[in-house]
Amino acid sequence: MSDLLYSEEEEALRAAVRDLLADHCDAPGVIARTESDTPHDLAAWKALADGMGLAGLLVPEDKGGQGASHREAAVVLEELGRAVAPVPYLTSAVVATEALLACDADDLLAELASGRRIGALAVALNIAPGGAYKVVRHEGGALHGELTAVADVQAADVLLVPADDGGLYAVDASAVTVTPQIPFDLTRPLATVTLDGTRGRLLGDAETAVHRALRAGAGLLASEQLGLADWTLTETVRYLKERKQFNRPVGGFQALKHRLAQLWLEVVNLRAAARNAADALATGEDTDVAVAVAQAYAASVAVHAAEEALQLHAGIGMTWEHPVHLYLKRAKADSIAYGTAGAHRARLAELVDLQAP
Amino acid sequence: MTDAAELKRRTAELLAAHPPASTDRLDFLKARFDAGLAWVHYPEGLGGLNAPRSLQAVVDAELEAAGAPDNDPRRNGIGLGMAAPTILKYGTEEQKQRYLRPLWVGEEIWCQLFSEPGAGSDLAALGTRAVRQDDGDWVVNGQKVWTSGAHNSRWAILIARTDPDVPKHAGITYFICDMADPGVDVRPLRQITGEAEFNEVFLTDVRIPDDRRLGEVGDGWRVAQTTLNNERVAIGGMRLPREGGMIGPVSRTWRERPELRTQDLHQRLLKLWVDSEVARLTAERLRQQLVAGQPGPEGAGMKLGFARLNQEISGLEVELRGEEGLLYDDWTMRRPELVDFTGRDAGYRYLRSKGNSIEGGTSEVLLNIVAERVLGLPAEPRTDKDVAWKDLAR
Ligand SMILES: Cc1cc2nc3c(=O)[nH]c(=O)nc-3n(C[C@H](O)[C@H](O)[C@H](O)COP(=O)(O)OP(=O)(O)OC[C@H]3O[C@@H](n4cnc5c(N)ncnc54)[C@H](O)[C@@H]3O)c2cc1C
Repeated sequence: MSDLLYSEEEEALRAAVRDLLADHCDAPGVIARTESDTPHDLAAWKALADGMGLAGLLVPEDKGGQGASHREAAVVLEELGRAVAPVPYLTSAVVATEALLACDADDLLAELASGRRIGALAVALNIAPGGAYKVVRHEGGALHGELTAVADVQAADVLLVPADDGGLYAVDASAVTVTPQIPFDLTRPLATVTLDGTRGRLLGDAETAVHRALRAGAGLLASEQLGLADWTLTETVRYLKERKQFNRPVGGFQALKHRLAQLWLEVVNLRAAARNAADALATGEDTDVAVAVAQAYAASVAVHAAEEALQLHAGIGMTWEHPVHLYLKRAKADSIAYGTAGAHRARLAELVDLQAP
Repeated sequence: MTDAAELKRRTAELLAAHPPASTDRLDFLKARFDAGLAWVHYPEGLGGLNAPRSLQAVVDAELEAAGAPDNDPRRNGIGLGMAAPTILKYGTEEQKQRYLRPLWVGEEIWCQLFSEPGAGSDLAALGTRAVRQDDGDWVVNGQKVWTSGAHNSRWAILIARTDPDVPKHAGITYFICDMADPGVDVRPLRQITGEAEFNEVFLTDVRIPDDRRLGEVGDGWRVAQTTLNNERVAIGGMRLPREGGMIGPVSRTWRERPELRTQDLHQRLLKLWVDSEVARLTAERLRQQLVAGQPGPEGAGMKLGFARLNQEISGLEVELRGEEGLLYDDWTMRRPELVDFTGRDAGYRYLRSKGNSIEGGTSEVLLNIVAERVLGLPAEPRTDKDVAWKDLAR
């Protein structure tokens, strides 16, 4: 059976990341940043990647990383979810890194692991592991085409681009045209990438690399969703203990108490599912099922938690100044990212032999 | 008694005297009001003919067929849905004559200065003070919040505390506030959608003449009940054709975009389609029941149902759109004239509809109303009923 608890080291890691984010990523700062022309918090990224070496958790030590595992990366993502931090951790330190781990590209892997460079897999954010993704045209040694809804490209130095010859190519971000799109979730920017005769370096087989990358992305996204749900629940409970209407704290109304208790139960379930996915990614056992289960479950909890937070904060929850909207937008976008719950349920139906009628 | 045939005759007369094609829009609307065809259940001279409320549909259909302009009801939802019925019930003859016609034709837009930072669900706890002067005028000080459309409004319905020494429900008075008066400061309050549709309103030494008081001094809570009951019907009870609500856009997307379809989404969509159709029928049934009466707590049920549906359907639509669901149309900060549910994309609908279960009373509070006033269940114990407002903990 997989280990569903957190080790002491993992708790220490959590505490360190949480401290760092408290200094770097407070809610007013994140809100202000969403409207600036630097949507990513590169200072926080530098502190996480350079200062704490967290970009290399999934990379073996002999390849320049920390030689840790998905379990530790999951803890980092929980904290990033709690802070809706606008850093390219999931996209670079998990998804792009996993793609490179499936290829023969140790130099790039080391650069990503050190945090000196940021990578992005040039696949639309909504694609599920195993799902069809767009590729660019490989012609006369150069790449041509347009890819949309690619996450965190504005911060990326190198893009990993799948092409129609079946190869995955590394392309310098400065060699492509990046056009920002208007994202629903302002804390994880999206862009269109246009390649027009761009030279790339062949890294390996795209299908294997993309599948591995998206599977890890989907599996660890559950931990981000857990962190997000946990923050919204905790913060809502805190607020409702304080907010008085009818001469008493509104959290004392049983109608609200039961709902929050119910939500707590969902979050507890999500913690187990997310932990299981992280552990399965680390050990390689039962991974496909663990990831599909976590993703079939996580979105509804994260969205529900954020929606409840908004509803129970009521008027102030509807304002731009209050951070709850950041969480709602992230939760809703996460429910599409790396495949919807429905897509993961369909995948699960195959894996556990419960085919549709 | 004015019946359908009589209304049709009068409508034909109006159209003959003021052909829509050659009549100025506002002139036409004024003529319609004066002919008693604005809201037929209102009294004569105030836009109506004392006819059954249900016959409005007859007039509306005739006018629509003739291409007549409407009064753009979405622009003045608070005026039409809430201020008007309250003025009709509690206003003096002069007040009715002064306010109802420009309100109905849309020359004057209204907003609602009820909620305060510390008084939301517990509206009766409000602290904005109105103090009577020697000359009989009132001077008002306080802060209101989440005031929809205050930036476009000519008038506001306002409730304020006129007696802090009595329990909270007893010390409130209802006023009509001139939004152009000195001392009324409207500041945009941006919301989750990116727009500033509502506002903060600061009231500093605003002078309100006594002839803008609605109802008796200290009776404001009762007057406000009329507003709130009508608000729930106004929000929940629009008359809609099949697929006329939030289910329309998503159904169209489904028909036009086969590539987005999955089995999972199909089942969810059909369930929501049925729920929408049933909610529509329930609203229609409520309307038939109301005919000429004043709305009661049943309106809460309609509002509850539509809030849930709007949120579930728009949430499904964002997911259905997949890659497009990850995008938004426009975050620009602006101060819109109305809530444009159909002119914007699914993401906007999703975010804006979150307000449907908060504005005009939260769903939690409305469920309490249904439980207590419709089902007659006992109320929660109350500790604030017999305490003077000024002695309540804040
Ligand atoms: C889009 C929008 C437009 C608005 N427009 C206007 C306007 O034009 N004019 C105006 O005056 N106001 C307006 N409002 C304000 C609105 O009426 C209030 O936000 C609402 O009444 C709730 O008050 P609150 O925000 O203070 O929440 P609170 O009263 O603080 O409630 C917090 C939470 O506790 C719950 N709660 C409170 N009491 C109970 C109880 N007894 N039992 C169970 N649960 C309870 C609530 O349901 C809510 O979930 C608007 C609000 C929104 C979101």
